[in-house]
Amino acid sequence: MKYITEFRRSELAEGLISHIRHSSKTPARFMEFCGGHTVTIFRYGIRQVLPQNIEMVSGPGCPICVTANADLDKAIALAQIPGVIIATFGDMLKVPGSRSSLQKIKAEGAGVMTVYSTMDALKAAEDNPGRPVVFLGIGFETTAPTVAASILQAEEKGIKNYYVLSLHKLCPPVIRALLDAGEVELQGLVCPGHVSTVIGSHPWEFIAGEYGIPCVISGFEPLDILQCVDMLVSQVEKGESKVEIAYRRGVRPEGNRQALKLMEQVFEPAPARWRGIGEVAGSGLKLREKYRRFDAEANFELKPGPVVEPAGCICGDILRGVKTPSDCPLFGKTCTPESPVGPCMVSSEGSCSAYYSYGEGLRG
Amino acid sequence: MEDKILLAHGSGGKLAHDLVEKSFVKTLANPLLARLDDSAVFDVSGRLAFTTDSYVVSPIFFPGGDIGKLAVCGTVNDLAMSGARPLYLSLAFIIEEGLSLAELEQIVNSVRMAAGEAGVEIVTGDTKVVPRGSADRLFINTAGVGLIPDGVEISGDKARPGDKVILSGAIGDHGIAVMSRREGISFGTELESDCAPLGGLVADMLEVSRNINCLRDPTRGGLASTLNELASQSKVSIRIEEKDIPVREEVLGACEMLGFDPLYIANEGRLVAIVPDKDADKILKVMKKNKYGKEAVIIGEVAAKPAGRVVMKTVLGSHRIVDMLVGDLLPRIC
Repeated sequence: MKYITEFRRSELAEGLISHIRHSSKTPARFMEFCGGHTVTIFRYGIRQVLPQNIEMVSGPGCPICVTANADLDKAIALAQIPGVIIATFGDMLKVPGSRSSLQKIKAEGAGVMTVYSTMDALKAAEDNPGRPVVFLGIGFETTAPTVAASILQAEEKGIKNYYVLSLHKLCPPVIRALLDAGEVELQGLVCPGHVSTVIGSHPWEFIAGEYGIPCVISGFEPLDILQCVDMLVSQVEKGESKVEIAYRRGVRPEGNRQALKLMEQVFEPAPARWRGIGEVAGSGLKLREKYRRFDAEANFELKPGPVVEPAGCICGDILRGVKTPSDCPLFGKTCTPESPVGPCMVSSEGSCSAYYSYGEGLRG
Repeated sequence: MEDKILLAHGSGGKLAHDLVEKSFVKTLANPLLARLDDSAVFDVSGRLAFTTDSYVVSPIFFPGGDIGKLAVCGTVNDLAMSGARPLYLSLAFIIEEGLSLAELEQIVNSVRMAAGEAGVEIVTGDTKVVPRGSADRLFINTAGVGLIPDGVEISGDKARPGDKVILSGAIGDHGIAVMSRREGISFGTELESDCAPLGGLVADMLEVSRNINCLRDPTRGGLASTLNELASQSKVSIRIEEKDIPVREEVLGACEMLGFDPLYIANEGRLVAIVPDKDADKILKVMKKNKYGKEAVIIGEVAAKPAGRVVMKTVLGSHRIVDMLVGDLLPRIC
């Protein structure tokens, strides 16, 4: 069971680092889309070992961070309906919405429970037949199939009190939106590993083809990231742009057909709101008409009130890759992991949290 | 039907008396406890270490131990971390009605075995039973006293630049073992808690050197939080090497799956020692001979700056800060 230490071997890392240093001649800015990659990059100090030619910027790939306040407020409003139980992954609890957080209303007595999987939420619905259980569907293409599976299972078992608030987001459309906005110029994209295990490599082709940006799908261990950067550098130096898979042990070009089928069966693309980016057409998922009875949005009347954004917080700019946490006047002062102002400091995959916890920026 | 603990078992009446006699006094047999006076009375002379702790772990049985063993080991270890030789413990049980007598007996038996191994006696105790829902099965509160040998001055503020940092074994076993039982997660092999009494190991270390500066058991908050406490109390920087910190593959695997960092996972049978460079080798050598120190290793050293910070050299050769644990990683692991 040596599947982790093998990907953290220092002698292999040294070889890759030295290869990158020798082959990189052209200055290049690479974006790691995914928050999981951001964490690995900071946890292993990867920016420190790369040559100065290479700049890494973090992208919007943290599902919690990109959840807009308007949607968060909806979840909080749902939890305040008497009898309703909100089932959610733990990180969501602490994210401040316009007026409160799930954690605060939980302390005040609202029905909020932390789950580790959609199946836990479904079980909660079975165990509490008299109460509506709403799963907060937050996440990318990686989580959407499991949510779809839970809905199909609820249907099969005749569970009538299970609902999903679908705030799912799709990665390729938002990258197109970022590139079209033209705020950040990229010479390479570290494509998300887990998302690609589901969707495969084909959905990234347009970035290499239409925008001429090299793409490499990476795993999450330090050696994965180094190998990915090495492959990006190689494309840059050769003047190529194509989609390559560095994460071969997880990703097939066609993706996971079973998972895609589940997603397709239950959900259809819809517009979605992204924090800092705004509404992006086709970048969300809503439940198909056939599964309307599981759709929390369609079955509960929600009046969350006007949206208030945290004053001074620049999470939006950070998520677009145009600013870094150390540009934020709140970072490390009023905004810390103990008392976060914005979601990028709350989520363990958020850029601010990674900067703060691993000592980049202000505390360097 | 299985015999259960009833509210009446905590009433002070006949049932309570029988429970104390049968389940506690007989199992934990020692003359001080058997007297059943309001206080245990004994002579001591010297510098006394005195500690208290409460145990609320859920579930109360976990791979490699249970709440009884944990209560004894935790209290013994708190005494040992002051350099004290643990002597006497008190145990107070707060039981939720409905706990089975068989389970209670199993736990008291674990207390007996752990106390026997640690060389301590349970000399006084108390039992309360609360209505269903007022506690989660069983909580244990303890106190303990021990004697500190002459010439031993151990404190969190004594780490000095140049000192070596020794870790007694692999980290994260306890937290992940409890988590795996609670969440029904299996990691291929049955990972056991490292829960163990460390009084003997500390005694062995003090035998070869009285110059140990800091000792601490990295329980809640894990190795990262313990090192941060020591760096902050001593106003020094602690530099550690990621490649030298032992972590089992099962723990690494579980951490990857759950999004945790092993540096923050609780241990119940490990210690961190900060010792002068000149004594480090002989202390390490004697630790390796003890069964609870077999995997002992030097993981880093103390530097002057940046004061109050723990800095880790990663496997890639870069450096990063290791911060305190923020919030609640795994609730109720001890």
